[in-house]
Amino acid sequence: MSIWEYANPVKFIRTTDRILPWVSVAAVLCLVTGLVWGYFFTPDDYRQGATVKIIYLHVPAALMAINAWIMMLVASLIWIVRRHHVSALAARAAAPVGAIFTVIALATGALWGQPMWGTWWAWDPRLTSFLILFLFYLGYMALWSAIENDDTAADLTSILCLVGSVFALLSRYAVLFWNQGLHQGASLSLDKEENVADVFWYPLLVCIAGFVLLFVALVFLRTQTEIRARRTRALLARESRT
Amino acid sequence: MIALLLRDLRLAVRAGGGFGLGLAFFLIVTVLIPFGVGPETGLLSRIAPGVLWIGALLACLLSLDRIFALDWEDGSLDLLATAPLPMEGIVTIKALAHWITTGLPLVLAAPALGVLLSLPPSGYLWVLVSLALGTPALSVIGTFGAALTVGLKRGGLLLSILVLPLYVPTLIFGAEVARRGAEGLAVQTPLLMLAGISFGTLALLPFASAAVLRINLR
Repeated sequence: MSIWEYANPVKFIRTTDRILPWVSVAAVLCLVTGLVWGYFFTPDDYRQGATVKIIYLHVPAALMAINAWIMMLVASLIWIVRRHHVSALAARAAAPVGAIFTVIALATGALWGQPMWGTWWAWDPRLTSFLILFLFYLGYMALWSAIENDDTAADLTSILCLVGSVFALLSRYAVLFWNQGLHQGASLSLDKEENVADVFWYPLLVCIAGFVLLFVALVFLRTQTEIRARRTRALLARESRT
Repeated sequence: MIALLLRDLRLAVRAGGGFGLGLAFFLIVTVLIPFGVGPETGLLSRIAPGVLWIGALLACLLSLDRIFALDWEDGSLDLLATAPLPMEGIVTIKALAHWITTGLPLVLAAPALGVLLSLPPSGYLWVLVSLALGTPALSVIGTFGAALTVGLKRGGLLLSILVLPLYVPTLIFGAEVARRGAEGLAVQTPLLMLAGISFGTLALLPFASAAVLRINLR
């Protein structure tokens, strides 16, 4: 029994079919609990008022936007090294989800920034690097949809993902150098004294769990769809030949 | 390798527009900027380094799809792939040829265009230096993008979507060197970073480009 057994599409679909309902239900439960708890049962911040509550969408979305790219990076590496098709399709399936999370993070950030910083957008390092991350997602998806041959597309996008990761990191530090930040520091790092207060912290954790589960559920679902779509295409091709 | 380089250079010159097009585009962009933001000297001289960098970057981008497209169409890329020369070498030479035909003229023309944008006198040297250091990175990164999109019809738009985000770090440090130089500040840190990016991409990216090209030729 090794993890590579799930590289078999049939096995993957069978297993994820069994897990998927649980993950989806858990995701919905966590999101509902976390958001309701966060929005209705936590106090307003004494300086930020009710706008502080956007944290329950903003932070998990931003976290998952980055993690989705990392997951794509790992999946691409697995594809390059071991050439498991499921892995390539999972990377493809994760990209739009990650892109949407990036948009959510940027949009909620803008909504929060308007009353707090007095501006929708500032060329702050964090904001800028997120915008660049979004551009990388766009390029990655565009390349996937532009190439007809599946294997070529998987190969090219994996290499783009690897190179893009390096450049995304470079850009992250380049923009840090380029402009001073307006964005507050990390609110969740484990090793720091200054963190969000516990009242906000617990519902936030639930929300993060909800976003992680949501991401897992969406990626499972979309990967299954990709596998089935490819199988349908193969069947059609076979039929048209005979 | 030298034969390949000479062949590419000769093709670029004799096919016409190899040197000219990018330069003309660079000139037009720099001429258009004052129309857009107004002819005020103070404003222009403040944004001049950044405008020169962006103009050079766009001019570079414009000529990227020609790196492999012609060779792909007439099949000489397949011949090159079967040649004893390693693919990494071919890619590097292609990038070098692109830099000589596009990047180098841009670098040399930039100070002249700086006059149009009333670049401060202290800026000329650093615009020249930063472009000379940065444009090789633009060519190498662009070669990677061109290799990715080589087999595609209408790959031009996709090419710019793929390549422009990759250009961000180079642009940031390059424009920063030029800006600081123009304002008479110390340029050492961004200059070193820019050099690092240039040499780093030159050393590593040809491997990725070669891998991509091999996949596309499969």
